[in-house]
Amino acid sequence: MSIGLVSVAYVVASILFILSLGGLSHQESAGRGNLYGVAGIIIAIGATIASAAVGDITAIVIAVVLGASVGIAVANRVQMTQMPQLVALLHSFVGLAAVLVGFSGYIDPLVNVTGTEHTIKLVEIYLGIFIGAITFTGSLVACGKLDGRISAAALTLPGRHLMNLVAIIAAVLLGAWFLDTDSMALGVIALVIMTIIASVLGVHLIMAIGGADMPVVVSMLNSYSGWAAASIGFMLGNDLLIVTGALVGSSGAILSYIMCKAMNRSFVSVILGGFGQTTSSAAVAGEEKPVHETSAVEVGEELLNARSVVIVPGYGMAVAQAQNAVCEITKHLRDKGVNVRFGIHPVAGRLPGHMNVLLAEAHVPYDIVLEMDEINEDMPDTDVVVVIGANDTVNPAAAEDPQSPIAGMPVMEVWKAKSVVVLKRGMASGYAGVENPLFFKDNTQMLFGDARDSVDKILGALRNS
Amino acid sequence: MKIGIPKEIFEDERRVAATPPSVQKLIKLGYEVIVESGAGVAAKYDDEAFKTAGAAIAADAKSLWDEADFVLKVRPPTQNTKLKKHETELLKEGAYLAGFIWPAQNPELLEQLAGKKVTAFAIDSLPRISRAQKMDALSAMGNIAGYRAVIEAANNFGRFFTGQITAAGKVPPAKIMVIGAGVAGLAAIGAASSMGAVVRAFDTRLEVKEQVESMGAEFLELDFGDEEGSGSGGYAKQMSDEFIKAEMALFAEQAEEVDIIITTALIPGKPAPRLITEDMVKAMKPGSVIVDLASERGGNCELTEPGKVVEKHGVTIIGYTDLPSRMAKVSSELYATNLVHLMTELTPEKDGQPFVNMEDTVIRGLTVVNDQEITWPPPQPEAPPKPEPKPEPPKPSAAEVEAKEKKALRKQRTGKISLLVVTVLALYGIGAHAPEAFLQHFTVFVLACFIGWQVIWNVTASLHTPLMSVTNAISGIIVIGAMLHLAQAETIAVGIMSFIAVFIASINVGGGFRVTHRMLKMFRK
Repeated sequence: MSIGLVSVAYVVASILFILSLGGLSHQESAGRGNLYGVAGIIIAIGATIASAAVGDITAIVIAVVLGASVGIAVANRVQMTQMPQLVALLHSFVGLAAVLVGFSGYIDPLVNVTGTEHTIKLVEIYLGIFIGAITFTGSLVACGKLDGRISAAALTLPGRHLMNLVAIIAAVLLGAWFLDTDSMALGVIALVIMTIIASVLGVHLIMAIGGADMPVVVSMLNSYSGWAAASIGFMLGNDLLIVTGALVGSSGAILSYIMCKAMNRSFVSVILGGFGQTTSSAAVAGEEKPVHETSAVEVGEELLNARSVVIVPGYGMAVAQAQNAVCEITKHLRDKGVNVRFGIHPVAGRLPGHMNVLLAEAHVPYDIVLEMDEINEDMPDTDVVVVIGANDTVNPAAAEDPQSPIAGMPVMEVWKAKSVVVLKRGMASGYAGVENPLFFKDNTQMLFGDARDSVDKILGALRNS
Repeated sequence: MKIGIPKEIFEDERRVAATPPSVQKLIKLGYEVIVESGAGVAAKYDDEAFKTAGAAIAADAKSLWDEADFVLKVRPPTQNTKLKKHETELLKEGAYLAGFIWPAQNPELLEQLAGKKVTAFAIDSLPRISRAQKMDALSAMGNIAGYRAVIEAANNFGRFFTGQITAAGKVPPAKIMVIGAGVAGLAAIGAASSMGAVVRAFDTRLEVKEQVESMGAEFLELDFGDEEGSGSGGYAKQMSDEFIKAEMALFAEQAEEVDIIITTALIPGKPAPRLITEDMVKAMKPGSVIVDLASERGGNCELTEPGKVVEKHGVTIIGYTDLPSRMAKVSSELYATNLVHLMTELTPEKDGQPFVNMEDTVIRGLTVVNDQEITWPPPQPEAPPKPEPKPEPPKPSAAEVEAKEKKALRKQRTGKISLLVVTVLALYGIGAHAPEAFLQHFTVFVLACFIGWQVIWNVTASLHTPLMSVTNAISGIIVIGAMLHLAQAETIAVGIMSFIAVFIASINVGGGFRVTHRMLKMFRK
C-alpha cells in the first residue's frame, strides 16, 4: 500500500474516532458511536499492516490477535461493579505501552533526523516515557485501591509535596543530561532512571488520594494515557496517534474538570491529595442530637403513600450491590403509579457516571435517571427521598454552613423534600470527615443496616402490602 | 409495675391515653397494663383490641384506680361525679401519674398530689429541646387542633375554599388570615392552603416567616423597627404598646378583607391576648367565620364564648375548646406515642420500674410533684433553650469585602494575562525555532485538542463511564506505533519490547470496545 493510501486510511480512522466520541452525546446514538470506534481502529491496524513500511507481519498478527482475545475475554467476564478497576487497569496498559514504544523509538529510531529535529524528538521520547510511566504505576495503584487490595484511605507521608517536587526536579535534570549525551548507552541509562523516578512518583501521587476522589483520579489518568499516546505520535511523526492522543487527552481533562467542579475543589488540591486532615478540628462537639430511626416496613408504607419519590444512590449502593433490589422497588412503585426517579450526583461512586452504569445494569430505564441540576428543582415537590449509601453528596452543610470544609460544593438538596429516608450502616461521617446535619433534621429518618439488607426488607414490605 | 389507663371523665373528652399499639410497647418496657372497660370506645378502640394487645381490662373505674401504680391520663384529675370522689383521692398512695396537668393553673391540684405522695409528670411542662421532641404532646395536639380549626371553619363557611370558574359564574377563593404561626397555626395554614384558599399569616416572631412561606402562606409583616417577639423556648412574649397598636391596625384592615380568621395566639402563663375587637368583627363581611383556638384561655376575640359556636354581627365565631378531642382517633394515637416515649425515658432498664432521674433536664422539667414536694416550676436550665448562636467570625465590612473581591478579580486577571503571555511566548518559540515537520504535527495536535474539547462537552453525564472506556479503547491506537517498531525491529530487545507493547495495547483495544459495547447495550428506556 502506498504512503498516500495509508495517510488517507489514517484520516478516515481519525474521523471515525471523532464520530465515535460524538456519538456518546446521546444514549440512542451511543451504540453506533462505539461501532465507529471499532471500525476506525480496524482500518488503522489494517492500513498499518498493509503499508509498505511493515515487513514481516507474523509476529504482529500473533500479538494483535492474542491481545484482542485476552481483552475481549476479560471484558466479557467483568462485573459491572468492577468497572472502575477495569478502566484503571486498561489505563495502565496504555501507559506501559507508551513506555515500551518510547524505549524502542530511542534505541531503534524509525526515522533518522538531525539537528533541532533530533533534539525535539528526544524531548518527545522523554516526555512520552515520563507520562507513560506515571500513568502505568498510577493506574495500577488506582486499580488496587478501587479493588480494595490497597487501602482506599489517603496515604499522607510527611513532606510528600517536597518528595514529589524533588522527583520532578530530578527528572528535569536527568532530561537535560539525556539531551546532552551522544552515547546511546548513557541515554538508555538516563531513560531507565527517569522511568523509575516517574514510576515511584506515579505510585506516590495516587497513594495520597483518597477513595472518594477516585472519579477525578481515574479521569486524570485517562487524560494522561491520551497525552502519552500523543507524545509517542510526535516521536513517530504519526498524525493518527497525535489526533487520537489529543482527543483522549482532552476528554479526560474535561472529565476531571467536571468532577472537580462537582466537588467545588480545585484540580490541584485533589491531585495533592490528603483531603480531610485540616478539617478534623471542625468536628462539632455539642448536644447529642437525636435521630429518628425507622423500620423497613414503615419506609415501605411511606413509599406507597407517596406521589413522587426520588432515590439518591451513592457508593454505598455499589459496595452493597443493592442496585438490582433498588430496581425491583422502582418497578413495583411505578406499577402502583408512584413517580420514581433517580438523582445522581456527578461524583457519586468511584468513576464518572458510575451510578448510571450500575442502574443501567439493573435495567432502570435511563430516562428516569436524572442529573443533580435537573432533580434539585423538583426536590420541594418530592414526597420521599431515599438516600442509599450517600453522605457528603447530600450534606446540607455544603449549602448552609459557610464554615464547613465542604462549603460551596454543589449537593443534592434532599432536605428540601417533605421526608427523607437515609439508608446507612452507622453514624460514621463521610469521606470528607464532616458531620452531616441531614441526619438530625426533623424530616429525616434513618434506616440503619447494610444497604442490601435494608433494600431487600423494604422490597419485602412493599410486596406484602 | 401496673400501668392503668382510666376512661377520661371530663365532659366531651373522647381521647384516651393509650392505644393497642402503645400498650404493646409499654408491655415491652416491662410493665403490666390495665385498661378501664370502655376507655377507648370514644376514640374507636374497643376493649377487645386492648385485650389482644396484651392489656387486662378493669371492669370499672374503681377497680382500675385501686390496682394501678402508674396512671396515664389525658386531662388533669377531676371530680368523678359517679363515684363522688376526686380522681386524686382514687389514686393509690405513692403512685405515679402522667398527663396534662397545667401546673401553673392548678396549684391546689399539685398540693393534693403531693399530699398523696404521688410522683406526677406534666407532659405540658416538657422542656422544649430537640431531644424531647418525641414527647411533645402540645405540638402533637396543636397540629391536630390547627387542622381541625380549618375543617370547622369550612363547615361553617358558605363558600368554596378554592376559587372556581364555572359555567354558572366565577367563585373567588376564600381568604384566610391565621394569627400566630405556632404548631397549630402552621397546621392550619397547611390545611387551608392545600384546600385552595388564599392564606395570610401574622406572627410577632419574625423568625417564623420562612416556615409560614414554606407552608404556602403570605407572611404579613409590620413595618416596625427592631422589635421582635421571640421569647424563651420558641414561644412568643408580650409586646410593647406601640407594637400592639400597629398590630391591631393591621388586623382591622385585614378583617374587612378576609373571610376567615383563625387565631392561635398564646403567651405562656398569661391570658390569651385580645386581638380581634368587636369593631373588627362588625367590619367583617356577613357569613365570615372566626375560629378562636385560644378560647380556653379567654380567647383572642372579644366575642368568643368558650366551648360554643355563636353568631355575632353576621359572623360565626367558633370557640370550641376540644378540637383535638374531636379527632379522637388520631389524637389518641399521637398522644399515646408521646407517652410511650416518656415511659421509655423513665424506664432505662426496661424492667417495668420507673426511675426518676432528676439530673436529666427533660425528666426534671416534666416532674411537677416528687417525694411530697412540688417541684414546679423547674429551675431555669443553665443553657438557654435557644442554642447559643455560634460565635460568628466578625463580619467583614463592606469596604473589606469589596477590597477582597477586587483583589480576587485582580488576581484572576493577572493569572489570565500571565497565561496569555506564556502561551504567546511558547508559540513564538515554537514558531521561530521548530522545524517545519514538527510544526505540521503541532498544528494537527492543537486542532485535535480543540475538536476533542468541543465534542466531549456534548457527552451526557450518564455516559461518562462508557466515554472513559471508549477513549481507553481508542487510546490503544498506540498499538500502531508498536507495530511499526515490531515490524522493523533490528535488535532482539526492541523486538520483545514492541511485541509486548502490541500485545497489551491490543488488550486495551479489544477489552475497551467490548466492555463499552456491553455497557451501552444495558442502557435502555
